Amino acid sequence: MASNDASTSGSTAAAGRTRVPALAASSVEKQFGQVRALRGVNFEAMAGEVTALIGDNGAGKSTLVKCLAGVYRPDAGTIEVDGKAVHMSSPTDAESFGIETVYQDLALAPDLDAASNVFLGREIRKFGFLHDQAAMRKQTAKSFAELGVGMVQDLRVPVASFSGGQKQSVAIARAAMWAKHVILLDEPTAALGVIQTAKVLELIRRVRDRGLAVIFISHNMPQVIEVSDRIEVMRLGARVARFERGEADVDRLIQAISGAYTNEVAA
Amino acid sequence: MSDIKDDSTHLTEAEAEEAVIEATAAGEEVPAAVLEGAGIAVDTAPPAWRRIITSPVVMTFFFLIVTILVFTAMEPGKFGTKSNFEQLALNVSILTVVSVGTTFVIATAGIDLSIPSGIVLGEVFAVKALSWISVGSGTAVDVSADNTKAWYFIVALAGSLSAGLILGLINGFTVGYLRIPPMLATLGSLGAGLGIALLLQNGVNVATYALNPVATGHLIPHLPNLILIALLVVAIGFVGMHKAVFGRHTLAIGSSEEAARRVGLKVERHLMKVYVVGGVASGFAGFLSVAYFSTTSVAGHSTDNLQAITAVALGGTSLFGGVASIIGTLIGVWIPAVLQNGFIIVGVQPYWQMVAVGVVLILAIYVDQLRRRSQHRR
Repeated sequence: MASNDASTSGSTAAAGRTRVPALAASSVEKQFGQVRALRGVNFEAMAGEVTALIGDNGAGKSTLVKCLAGVYRPDAGTIEVDGKAVHMSSPTDAESFGIETVYQDLALAPDLDAASNVFLGREIRKFGFLHDQAAMRKQTAKSFAELGVGMVQDLRVPVASFSGGQKQSVAIARAAMWAKHVILLDEPTAALGVIQTAKVLELIRRVRDRGLAVIFISHNMPQVIEVSDRIEVMRLGARVARFERGEADVDRLIQAISGAYTNEVAA
Repeated sequence: MSDIKDDSTHLTEAEAEEAVIEATAAGEEVPAAVLEGAGIAVDTAPPAWRRIITSPVVMTFFFLIVTILVFTAMEPGKFGTKSNFEQLALNVSILTVVSVGTTFVIATAGIDLSIPSGIVLGEVFAVKALSWISVGSGTAVDVSADNTKAWYFIVALAGSLSAGLILGLINGFTVGYLRIPPMLATLGSLGAGLGIALLLQNGVNVATYALNPVATGHLIPHLPNLILIALLVVAIGFVGMHKAVFGRHTLAIGSSEEAARRVGLKVERHLMKVYVVGGVASGFAGFLSVAYFSTTSVAGHSTDNLQAITAVALGGTSLFGGVASIIGTLIGVWIPAVLQNGFIIVGVQPYWQMVAVGVVLILAIYVDQLRRRSQHRR
């Protein structure tokens, strides 16, 4: 899946533009009061690739993800899905473009079981007003099995009784079930232990292998290098560098994050 | 399944993982050894039978059965009779109707203290509506139970339901859109609603026999209509809470409002609907109350809110939202009634009922909290 392109970073950037990104931001600006959170940021994510979005705290990663997820409307610039400019004024709009988001703090209803959570707001219905729990449970089990989420032994128990990794897996599997194009993950492994993290990363790869564009934010550099096909680095509200798989090591990433390295042509 | 169990300890991680996937897809329970082999943290969820017998609904039901058996053993000829149970059922029917409605409200982690004003306004609107129908020289309020007509019931019912609807819309607006804490929002509408009812009636109750057949008639032989209606409301509530998308969204909002919002549920609008359900149930209870007691009772329902909340909590619906049981509410309504009735029959001061219900309520909520604390993991 990963491109083993070993060319220089300059030509990599050019190669990236020849393919149409599944989701892209171009010259996006977002201001909160006096704070310019995004200053003409560009971003691209390709189908069938894991794109990591990294940067220091306050670099604008979460703001960018929220713009891509339809939570915020950019002040200027465009968001493109498959090369076409789109306007999204709510997460529901983003969902209609096949974009699903997994937030850092879990967005599951703890008292509902896994299947109910997966289908929350999109229930399979009978007679228009009843939910078809058996069908939803069946489809959830099927989807979890395909994604290798073997963690959930009983789809009838409330997700409150799951471990953090299991909950995160349910959240990601839900997004993967519904996303037709893109999955955005905001620090999906931040609160997880070593084994759970490995499981979640494996899940991310499986989601990617289904042909979705996976975008994830992480502060864990070795993890980013391990799992990403492409890495985009943000600093002070703009992209300062991007790398293909194999181009970056931890030192180089930290240089880019701290502003000591850039391969981005200044706008 | 058996082949997995037999050699589960010898599986490689990949094999174990495969087994887990297959079993999960087939909806089977996966042995812990297989899960561990696959590097999966084993969730020590109790088996199904343990979950069932430790569920609050089953525990409260058990308590109710024991109470009934004890009273029956002490006074078999008085307590354990068909007529006593029919009287008990009649006594709890109206409370059952409001309690089903308020189960939805409590399932959202809300509370509805305005139940008494909903009931009283329901009563007052019912007789006001009847008073608009001219019959001879008087109005439909004055007709006897023998001369009443079915369409009078419809008119009175429309009055009661619209009273409940208005109250519910106000509660839903203040709680859902203005974000006023439910306890205070409904405390406000409790006072305001009662005041309006008293103003409309100049503080005087009105008697009417026009609606009697609604409560005391027998559409089904040997089953008073009031009990039939309460059972229907329970059935509707059960479907609405446990089988309908509406109930699912109600529980989701009660469980995590943020999660509900993120999946695109319109939380404010749904809260509005839930408080309307509560308000309409109260208004309907007012209609039934006039039908059964043949009079409005503007000062007579002041603790109905607390009784309903007690019933709902006894029934295993969590006051923190997200977990609800309509059947539990039905059981919860019966416990105070059985205690009161039983104490009177066996000759204990009936005031002990208040003490007993208080103790049982606190115990039930404590047990529920223990259960939830052990279930929730970080």
